Amino acid sequence: MKMKKVVSVLLAGAMAATLLAGCSSSSSDKKAEGDAKGKVYYLNFKPEADEQWQALAKAYTEETGVPVTVLTAAAGEYEKTLKSEMAKTDAPTLFQVNGPVGLASWKDYCYDLKDSDIAGELTDDSFALMDGDKMAGIAYVVENYGIIYNKALLEKAGYSAKDITNFESFKKIVEDITARKDELGFSAFTSAGMDGSSDWRFKTHLANLPIYYEYKDEGIDTTDAIKGTYLDNYRQIWDLYINNATCAPSEISTKTADDATADFVTEEAVFYQNGTWEYNNIADVGDENLGILPIYIGVEGEEKQGVCTGTENYWCVSSKASEDDIKATLDFINWCVTSDTGVEAMCKDMGFVIPFGSNLDSDNVLVNEANKYLDEGKTPVSWNFSTMPSEEWKNGVGSALTGYAADQNDANWDKVVTAFVDGWAQEAAAAK
Amino acid sequence: MEKSIKRYMPIFVLPTFCAFIIGFIVPFLMGIWLSFCKFTTVTDAKFNGISNYLDALKDTVFRHSFWYTALFAIVSLIVINVIAFALAMALTKEMHGTNIFRTIFFMPNLIGGIVLGYIWQLIFNGILARYSTALGLNEWYGFWGLIILVSWQQIGYMMIIYIAGLQSIPGDVIEAAQIDGATGWQRLWKVTIPMMMPSITICMFLSITNGFKLFDQNLSLTAGEPSKMSEMMALNIFNTFYGRTGWEGVGQAKAVLFFLLVVTIGMIQLRATRSKEVQQ
Repeated sequence: MKMKKVVSVLLAGAMAATLLAGCSSSSSDKKAEGDAKGKVYYLNFKPEADEQWQALAKAYTEETGVPVTVLTAAAGEYEKTLKSEMAKTDAPTLFQVNGPVGLASWKDYCYDLKDSDIAGELTDDSFALMDGDKMAGIAYVVENYGIIYNKALLEKAGYSAKDITNFESFKKIVEDITARKDELGFSAFTSAGMDGSSDWRFKTHLANLPIYYEYKDEGIDTTDAIKGTYLDNYRQIWDLYINNATCAPSEISTKTADDATADFVTEEAVFYQNGTWEYNNIADVGDENLGILPIYIGVEGEEKQGVCTGTENYWCVSSKASEDDIKATLDFINWCVTSDTGVEAMCKDMGFVIPFGSNLDSDNVLVNEANKYLDEGKTPVSWNFSTMPSEEWKNGVGSALTGYAADQNDANWDKVVTAFVDGWAQEAAAAK
Repeated sequence: MEKSIKRYMPIFVLPTFCAFIIGFIVPFLMGIWLSFCKFTTVTDAKFNGISNYLDALKDTVFRHSFWYTALFAIVSLIVINVIAFALAMALTKEMHGTNIFRTIFFMPNLIGGIVLGYIWQLIFNGILARYSTALGLNEWYGFWGLIILVSWQQIGYMMIIYIAGLQSIPGDVIEAAQIDGATGWQRLWKVTIPMMMPSITICMFLSITNGFKLFDQNLSLTAGEPSKMSEMMALNIFNTFYGRTGWEGVGQAKAVLFFLLVVTIGMIQLRATRSKEVQQ
């Protein structure tokens, strides 16, 4: 992870250097330099899209003469990088928050986007992140996650996605694959790595499901005290993940995201819980072999449930930046989602689904597979994990899950429940 | 000559002094000020009195990390210094290859803490996997893992200091003791160790403060697993700073408390060992 950071810093440096070189060599042909006063500094959250952002920034500078710097934070390091970058004189003019909880830290730094051009491009107002009357953030990508599966392997095991309609049927298939593991030559699940690079898949994304169902029951969209009504379901699915994986449950604390990706790409496992953003990393399996399933956790009526669809990526423009920079930044993001070059880069190169009128059909197979559930009339699961009270809460649940995996008994599960329910109340009370 | 050096002293000192102010004094004072503030970025803070300190002291995880760290510091102090001293004694004997061995023992010290942490994590987990467990599942695995790691890393460094100390002991003192009939054991305790006290002071000071300040090895080896049970003070401060919305000031307050603690312990230890130093 450190390496990634170094690489991204180097890349940013190299880019800055090329920018300078570009300026000096092209000083004779005055493009739009006359009216380009501001500059853009984007602190990017998505390491998987770093290259594409760098290229897009360069394209924008060539077109308009406005310098755009893109720095990418390493996975899991965004808040730390943002905190230190924002304290600098040349602070990011464009950054992102993950939702209401992330916004709480940064609301004083968010420029009101209500009257901006980009706000008018949104297809639905629910994609704006509001702080009272202020439009603090605008979602720029809608993503899906679920259980990605390898169609060919599933077929080889004698099943198809049609056989999986709820937790019961899923469990039967998974356990059958595990029973015939040696004969088939692959496992049901990739390793459920609880290393820092991978544990968010379970402590955040998987934990979204019990939260989603509880919120739905209660008719709320955030809470200070979770009840944990569906934690038994959380346990069921977690048991299934860890006991049918490529590695022993006691080893998961050491397994990384790369391990899980490798399990999937080398066809050692059929199922892999992850999202549409993972497409580029697993494309080697072949487009025709990729599919995505909803995460069923054994709730009544879940046959109608779709994949988890939402966003935790909201663009915010720094209100502390100079007026010129704010204007340049607003122009840049508007260009990204309206110009042909920008939309092409976001929808094709980065494989995003953008919540703006200009959205293009995706080349990302996982996105298209996920959209099928919408067409079939399934209800997408909303992303409620942005209401999780703090990073501390996620870490607490993650540690408890790891401990439980190594020694699966009720006492250890109670620790997960404590971290989930009591931890939620504590962390909600601790937030300032 | 000496006079002109004195006259130009400010100029010679200036670069280092500036660096010291920018790199140490300013952040230090800013850190103390920030510990009384609520802030998101360090340049934009609002004063909020001592509430950060109250929150820091109420934190049970912080208290646990204090005891865990204190125990770690003591155990690592003993292990590192005893082994380093013994190695220094062995490698100042007239033998072939002592220089090679000194180099070998010193080399781990040249590797950075994060790298060491990850490498040792692989080693330990590789072994523990045979017993179907892992480093992150038991706080005491993490504890002893860290002890092994820092011993491996720091013994060579302390050994070099001890070797320098041993070589500065005049041979005639030892010889005189030998002629007077002192046994090897007596020569070690009554002559060598008292004359080594300056080196011992330095090594103990370094290893106890290193023990308290340990951060990167802790982060990369255990990251505080399971459930913050192997989280030492420096890592706890780091996690407080970034873990919750609005808790940056509390992390800062913990850092100030941590500073006072390390300074106090360091001073006590210096005073205790200094008083035992003898004039040669």
